[in-house]
Amino acid sequence: MSKEWPLWEVFIRAKNGLAHKHAGSVHAADARMALEAARDTYTRRMEGVSLWVVPSVSITASDPGEAEALFAPAQDKVYRHPTFYTVPDGVKNI
Amino acid sequence: MASLFDHAIRLGDDALILGQRLSEWAGHAPMLEIDLALSNIGLDLIGQATHFLKLAGEEEGKGRDADALAFRRDVLDFRNCLLVEQPNGDFAQTIARQFLFSNWQELLMTEIAAAPAPALSAIGAKAVKEVAYHARYASEWVVRLGDGTEESRARMVAGLDSMWRFVDELFDPADGAASLRPAWDARIADTLHAASLDVPKPRRAVTGGRRGHHSEHLGHLLTEMQFLQRAYPGVTW
Repeated sequence: MSKEWPLWEVFIRAKNGLAHKHAGSVHAADARMALEAARDTYTRRMEGVSLWVVPSVSITASDPGEAEALFAPAQDKVYRHPTFYTVPDGVKNI
Repeated sequence: MASLFDHAIRLGDDALILGQRLSEWAGHAPMLEIDLALSNIGLDLIGQATHFLKLAGEEEGKGRDADALAFRRDVLDFRNCLLVEQPNGDFAQTIARQFLFSNWQELLMTEIAAAPAPALSAIGAKAVKEVAYHARYASEWVVRLGDGTEESRARMVAGLDSMWRFVDELFDPADGAASLRPAWDARIADTLHAASLDVPKPRRAVTGGRRGHHSEHLGHLLTEMQFLQRAYPGVTW
Protein backbone atom coordinates (compact mmCIF):
# COMPACT_ATOMS: atom_id res chain seq x y z
CA MET A 1 0.00 0.00 0.00
CA SER A 2 1.29 3.45 -0.88
CA LYS A 3 2.10 5.70 2.06
CA GLU A 4 1.09 8.77 0.08
CA TRP A 5 -2.49 9.85 0.39
CA PRO A 6 -4.47 9.83 -2.84
CA LEU A 7 -4.87 13.00 -4.85
CA TRP A 8 -8.21 14.79 -5.24
CA GLU A 9 -9.16 17.46 -7.76
CA VAL A 10 -10.90 20.47 -6.26
CA PHE A 11 -13.70 22.42 -7.92
CA ILE A 12 -15.09 25.65 -6.50
CA ARG A 13 -18.34 27.46 -7.21
CA ALA A 14 -17.53 31.13 -6.78
CA LYS A 15 -21.16 32.12 -6.26
CA ASN A 16 -24.60 30.72 -6.74
CA GLY A 17 -25.54 30.39 -10.40
CA LEU A 18 -21.98 29.91 -11.62
CA ALA A 19 -20.47 26.55 -12.50
CA HIS A 20 -17.89 24.82 -10.34
CA LYS A 21 -14.43 25.54 -11.69
CA HIS A 22 -11.27 23.57 -11.27
CA ALA A 23 -9.06 25.20 -8.64
CA GLY A 24 -6.28 22.71 -7.98
CA SER A 25 -5.71 19.52 -6.06
CA VAL A 26 -5.14 18.27 -2.53
CA HIS A 27 -3.89 15.08 -0.88
CA ALA A 28 -6.29 13.44 1.55
CA ALA A 29 -7.04 10.01 2.96
CA ASP A 30 -10.75 10.11 2.13
CA ALA A 31 -13.45 12.29 0.59
CA ARG A 32 -14.49 14.05 3.77
CA MET A 33 -10.90 14.97 4.63
CA ALA A 34 -10.37 16.06 1.03
CA LEU A 35 -13.24 18.53 1.43
CA GLU A 36 -11.64 19.94 4.57
CA ALA A 37 -8.22 20.16 2.95
CA ALA A 38 -9.81 21.90 -0.06
CA ARG A 39 -11.62 24.33 2.23
CA ASP A 40 -8.38 25.17 4.04
CA THR A 41 -6.27 25.38 0.89
CA TYR A 42 -8.53 27.08 -1.63
CA THR A 43 -11.30 29.02 0.12
CA ARG A 44 -9.35 31.05 2.67
CA ARG A 45 -10.02 34.29 0.81
CA MET A 46 -13.76 33.89 0.20
CA GLU A 47 -13.23 32.18 -3.13
CA GLY A 48 -16.36 30.10 -3.00
CA VAL A 49 -19.74 29.00 -1.71
CA SER A 50 -19.55 25.36 -2.69
CA LEU A 51 -16.85 22.73 -3.14
CA TRP A 52 -16.55 19.50 -5.08
CA VAL A 53 -13.72 17.03 -4.67
CA VAL A 54 -13.18 14.20 -7.15
CA PRO A 55 -10.57 11.45 -6.91
CA SER A 56 -7.93 12.40 -9.47
CA VAL A 57 -7.82 8.79 -10.70
CA SER A 58 -11.45 9.17 -11.81
CA ILE A 59 -10.48 11.76 -14.38
CA THR A 60 -9.75 10.55 -17.87
CA ALA A 61 -7.57 13.03 -19.70
CA SER A 62 -7.08 13.46 -23.41
CA ASP A 63 -3.72 12.33 -24.72
CA PRO A 64 -1.39 15.24 -25.52
CA GLY A 65 -0.07 13.12 -28.40
CA GLU A 66 -3.51 13.27 -29.97
CA ALA A 67 -3.87 17.01 -29.56
CA GLU A 68 -3.35 17.62 -33.28
CA ALA A 69 -6.08 15.27 -34.29
CA LEU A 70 -8.46 16.41 -31.59
CA PHE A 71 -8.07 20.16 -31.62
CA ALA A 72 -6.27 21.37 -34.73
CA PRO A 73 -9.19 20.78 -37.11
CA ALA A 74 -11.18 23.47 -35.29
CA GLN A 75 -8.57 26.13 -36.02
CA ASP A 76 -9.66 27.07 -39.55
CA LYS A 77 -13.41 26.91 -38.92
CA VAL A 78 -14.05 30.44 -37.80
CA TYR A 79 -17.57 30.19 -39.20
CA ARG A 80 -18.43 28.18 -36.12
CA HIS A 81 -18.23 31.36 -34.11
CA PRO A 82 -21.51 33.27 -34.23
CA THR A 83 -19.74 36.46 -35.28
CA PHE A 84 -21.14 36.72 -38.79
CA TYR A 85 -24.64 37.68 -37.79
CA THR A 86 -25.73 41.28 -37.73
CA VAL A 87 -27.39 41.94 -34.40
CA PRO A 88 -30.37 44.30 -34.70
CA ASP A 89 -30.00 47.45 -32.61
CA GLY A 90 -33.03 46.70 -30.46
CA VAL A 91 -31.78 43.35 -29.22
CA LYS A 92 -30.41 43.28 -25.71
CA ASN A 93 -28.71 40.57 -23.71
CA ILE A 94 -26.63 38.96 -26.42
CA MET B 1 -18.38 36.68 40.33
CA ALA B 2 -15.80 37.19 37.63
CA SER B 3 -15.67 40.66 36.11
CA LEU B 4 -15.88 41.31 32.40
CA PHE B 5 -12.14 41.97 32.46
CA ASP B 6 -11.45 38.54 34.04
CA HIS B 7 -13.70 36.87 31.55
CA ALA B 8 -12.21 38.60 28.51
CA ILE B 9 -8.63 38.02 29.57
CA ARG B 10 -9.21 34.30 30.14
CA LEU B 11 -10.85 33.86 26.77
CA GLY B 12 -8.18 35.98 25.10
CA ASP B 13 -5.30 34.12 26.73
CA ASP B 14 -6.76 30.70 25.87
CA ALA B 15 -7.01 31.69 22.23
CA LEU B 16 -3.64 33.45 22.12
CA ILE B 17 -1.62 30.64 23.66
CA LEU B 18 -3.23 27.88 21.62
CA GLY B 19 -2.86 30.00 18.47
CA GLN B 20 0.84 30.40 19.22
CA ARG B 21 1.18 26.66 19.86
CA LEU B 22 -0.45 25.79 16.55
CA SER B 23 1.75 28.24 14.69
CA GLU B 24 4.73 26.11 15.79
CA TRP B 25 3.51 23.51 13.30
CA ALA B 26 4.01 25.85 10.34
CA GLY B 27 6.53 24.20 8.06
CA HIS B 28 6.65 21.03 10.19
CA ALA B 29 3.30 19.33 9.66
CA PRO B 30 3.30 15.88 8.04
CA MET B 31 1.52 17.15 4.90
CA LEU B 32 1.13 20.54 3.26
CA GLU B 33 -2.64 20.26 3.70
CA ILE B 34 -2.27 19.74 7.47
CA ASP B 35 0.25 22.55 7.68
CA LEU B 36 -2.33 24.91 6.18
CA ALA B 37 -5.20 23.59 8.26
CA LEU B 38 -3.34 23.99 11.57
CA SER B 39 -2.09 27.44 10.57
CA ASN B 40 -5.63 28.48 9.65
CA ILE B 41 -6.94 27.34 13.01
CA GLY B 42 -4.07 29.11 14.76
CA LEU B 43 -4.80 32.33 12.90
CA ASP B 44 -8.51 32.12 13.73
CA LEU B 45 -7.56 31.83 17.39
CA ILE B 46 -5.11 34.72 17.28
CA GLY B 47 -7.84 36.81 15.67
CA GLN B 48 -10.18 35.94 18.54
CA ALA B 49 -7.44 36.70 21.05
CA THR B 50 -6.99 40.15 19.53
CA HIS B 51 -10.68 40.94 20.05
CA PHE B 52 -10.87 39.55 23.58
CA LEU B 53 -7.66 41.20 24.75
CA LYS B 54 -8.65 44.53 23.21
CA LEU B 55 -11.88 44.33 25.19
CA ALA B 56 -9.99 43.35 28.34
CA GLY B 57 -7.69 46.34 27.90
CA GLU B 58 -10.64 48.71 27.47
CA GLU B 59 -12.35 47.27 30.54
CA GLU B 60 -9.20 47.65 32.58
CA GLY B 61 -8.89 51.29 31.55
CA LYS B 62 -5.14 51.56 32.04
CA GLY B 63 -4.34 52.18 28.40
CA ARG B 64 -3.15 48.65 27.61
CA ASP B 65 -4.15 47.46 24.15
CA ALA B 66 -4.22 43.87 22.88
CA ASP B 67 -0.52 43.95 21.96
CA ALA B 68 0.49 45.27 25.37
CA LEU B 69 -1.45 42.46 27.03
CA ALA B 70 -0.08 39.80 24.71
CA PHE B 71 3.56 40.83 24.59
CA ARG B 72 4.26 42.67 27.82
CA ARG B 73 2.87 40.44 30.54
CA ASP B 74 4.84 37.77 32.36
CA VAL B 75 3.87 34.16 33.01
CA LEU B 76 2.14 34.81 36.33
CA ASP B 77 -0.23 37.30 34.71
CA PHE B 78 -1.52 34.92 32.07
CA ARG B 79 -4.95 33.42 32.75
CA ASN B 80 -5.18 30.72 30.09
CA CYS B 81 -6.12 27.17 31.03
CA LEU B 82 -3.25 24.69 31.30
CA LEU B 83 -4.56 22.60 28.42
CA VAL B 84 -3.69 25.16 25.74
CA GLU B 85 -0.07 25.62 26.85
CA GLN B 86 0.76 21.91 26.63
CA PRO B 87 3.41 21.15 24.01
CA ASN B 88 2.38 19.97 20.57
CA GLY B 89 3.97 16.53 20.95
CA ASP B 90 3.19 14.42 17.92
CA PHE B 91 0.28 15.08 15.58
CA ALA B 92 -2.09 12.91 17.65
CA GLN B 93 -1.28 14.85 20.81
CA THR B 94 -1.94 18.14 19.02
CA ILE B 95 -5.24 16.75 17.74
CA ALA B 96 -6.20 15.49 21.20
CA ARG B 97 -5.61 18.94 22.69
CA GLN B 98 -7.59 20.57 19.88
CA PHE B 99 -10.41 18.07 20.15
CA LEU B 100 -10.88 18.60 23.89
CA PHE B 101 -10.47 22.37 23.67
CA SER B 102 -12.47 23.19 20.53
CA ASN B 103 -15.47 21.16 21.65
CA TRP B 104 -15.44 23.09 24.90
CA GLN B 105 -14.81 26.40 23.16
CA GLU B 106 -17.68 25.85 20.72
CA LEU B 107 -20.13 25.30 23.58
CA LEU B 108 -18.72 28.29 25.43
CA MET B 109 -18.79 30.63 22.42
CA THR B 110 -22.38 29.59 21.68
CA GLU B 111 -23.29 30.53 25.23
CA ILE B 112 -21.34 33.79 25.09
CA ALA B 113 -22.90 34.74 21.75
CA ALA B 114 -26.30 34.66 23.50
CA ALA B 115 -25.07 36.41 26.65
CA PRO B 116 -26.27 39.83 27.75
CA ALA B 117 -22.85 41.58 27.60
CA PRO B 118 -22.97 43.03 24.07
CA ALA B 119 -19.21 43.51 23.64
CA LEU B 120 -18.50 39.92 24.58
CA SER B 121 -21.41 38.43 22.66
CA ALA B 122 -20.34 40.12 19.41
CA ILE B 123 -16.94 38.43 19.61
CA GLY B 124 -18.57 35.14 20.58
CA ALA B 125 -20.94 35.26 17.63
CA LYS B 126 -18.05 35.69 15.20
CA ALA B 127 -15.89 33.07 16.90
CA VAL B 128 -18.52 30.37 17.11
CA LYS B 129 -18.47 29.74 13.34
CA GLU B 130 -14.71 29.43 13.31
CA VAL B 131 -14.62 27.21 16.35
CA ALA B 132 -17.35 24.91 15.00
CA TYR B 133 -14.99 24.12 12.16
CA HIS B 134 -12.04 23.56 14.51
CA ALA B 135 -14.11 21.10 16.53
CA ARG B 136 -15.23 19.32 13.41
CA TYR B 137 -11.70 19.13 12.02
CA ALA B 138 -10.22 17.77 15.25
CA SER B 139 -13.08 15.31 15.76
CA GLU B 140 -12.65 13.95 12.23
CA TRP B 141 -8.99 13.33 12.94
CA VAL B 142 -9.71 11.64 16.27
CA VAL B 143 -11.93 9.19 14.40
CA ARG B 144 -9.39 8.56 11.67
CA LEU B 145 -6.44 8.11 13.97
CA GLY B 146 -8.40 6.12 16.56
CA ASP B 147 -9.98 3.90 13.95
CA GLY B 148 -6.88 3.80 11.74
CA THR B 149 -3.76 1.67 12.04
CA GLU B 150 -2.41 0.08 15.19
CA GLU B 151 0.18 2.83 15.46
CA SER B 152 -2.21 5.73 14.86
CA ARG B 153 -4.56 4.29 17.44
CA ALA B 154 -1.80 3.90 20.04
CA ARG B 155 -0.70 7.49 19.43
CA MET B 156 -4.27 8.80 19.69
CA VAL B 157 -4.79 6.97 22.99
CA ALA B 158 -1.49 8.34 24.30
CA GLY B 159 -2.39 11.84 23.12
CA LEU B 160 -5.76 11.79 24.89
CA ASP B 161 -4.13 10.35 28.01
CA SER B 162 -1.57 13.13 28.13
CA MET B 163 -4.23 15.85 27.86
CA TRP B 164 -7.01 14.42 29.99
CA ARG B 165 -5.63 15.77 33.30
CA PHE B 166 -6.27 19.31 32.09
CA VAL B 167 -9.95 18.86 31.24
CA ASP B 168 -11.49 19.54 34.65
CA GLU B 169 -10.01 23.02 34.73
CA LEU B 170 -12.20 23.97 31.76
CA PHE B 171 -15.30 23.40 33.90
CA ASP B 172 -14.12 25.06 37.08
CA PRO B 173 -17.24 26.50 38.75
CA ALA B 174 -15.25 29.66 39.52
CA ASP B 175 -15.29 30.47 35.77
CA GLY B 176 -18.97 29.77 35.33
CA ALA B 177 -18.42 27.03 32.76
CA ALA B 178 -19.47 24.06 34.91
CA SER B 179 -22.89 23.90 33.24
CA LEU B 180 -21.25 23.01 29.92
CA ARG B 181 -19.87 19.72 31.20
CA PRO B 182 -22.77 17.37 30.36
CA ALA B 183 -23.01 18.62 26.77
CA TRP B 184 -19.24 18.42 26.39
CA ASP B 185 -19.10 14.91 27.87
CA ALA B 186 -21.75 13.78 25.40
CA ARG B 187 -19.93 15.24 22.40
CA ILE B 188 -16.59 13.75 23.42
CA ALA B 189 -18.16 10.34 24.10
CA ASP B 190 -19.89 10.36 20.68
CA THR B 191 -16.69 11.01 18.78
CA LEU B 192 -14.62 8.58 20.83
CA HIS B 193 -17.28 5.95 20.24
CA ALA B 194 -17.08 6.56 16.49
CA ALA B 195 -13.30 6.23 16.81
CA SER B 196 -13.77 2.97 18.77
CA LEU B 197 -11.82 4.52 21.62
CA ASP B 198 -12.67 4.49 25.32
CA VAL B 199 -13.27 7.68 27.23
CA PRO B 200 -10.12 8.06 29.38
CA LYS B 201 -10.56 7.15 33.04
CA PRO B 202 -11.03 10.09 35.39
CA ARG B 203 -7.76 11.16 36.92
CA ARG B 204 -6.53 13.73 39.35
CA ALA B 205 -7.06 17.12 37.78
CA VAL B 206 -4.24 19.60 37.37
CA THR B 207 -5.50 23.16 37.62
CA GLY B 208 -4.17 26.63 38.37
CA GLY B 209 -3.83 28.32 34.99
CA ARG B 210 -6.74 30.65 35.73
CA ARG B 211 -4.86 31.88 38.80
CA GLY B 212 -1.53 32.27 37.02
CA HIS B 213 -0.03 28.98 38.21
CA HIS B 214 1.33 27.63 34.96
CA SER B 215 3.50 24.75 33.87
CA GLU B 216 7.07 25.47 32.81
CA HIS B 217 5.95 25.17 29.19
CA LEU B 218 4.26 28.55 29.16
CA GLY B 219 7.46 30.41 30.02
CA HIS B 220 9.25 28.87 27.06
CA LEU B 221 6.34 29.67 24.78
CA LEU B 222 6.29 33.31 25.92
CA THR B 223 10.07 33.61 25.48
CA GLU B 224 9.62 32.92 21.81
CA MET B 225 6.34 34.79 21.33
CA GLN B 226 7.43 37.93 23.18
CA PHE B 227 11.06 38.03 22.04
CA LEU B 228 10.70 40.88 19.58
CA GLN B 229 8.79 43.21 21.90
CA ARG B 230 11.19 42.50 24.74
CA ALA B 231 14.33 43.00 22.66
CA TYR B 232 12.97 46.07 20.85
CA PRO B 233 10.23 47.54 23.06
CA GLY B 234 7.50 49.30 21.09
CA VAL B 235 8.90 48.31 17.71
CA THR B 236 6.43 48.37 14.81
CA TRP B 237 6.77 47.43 11.15
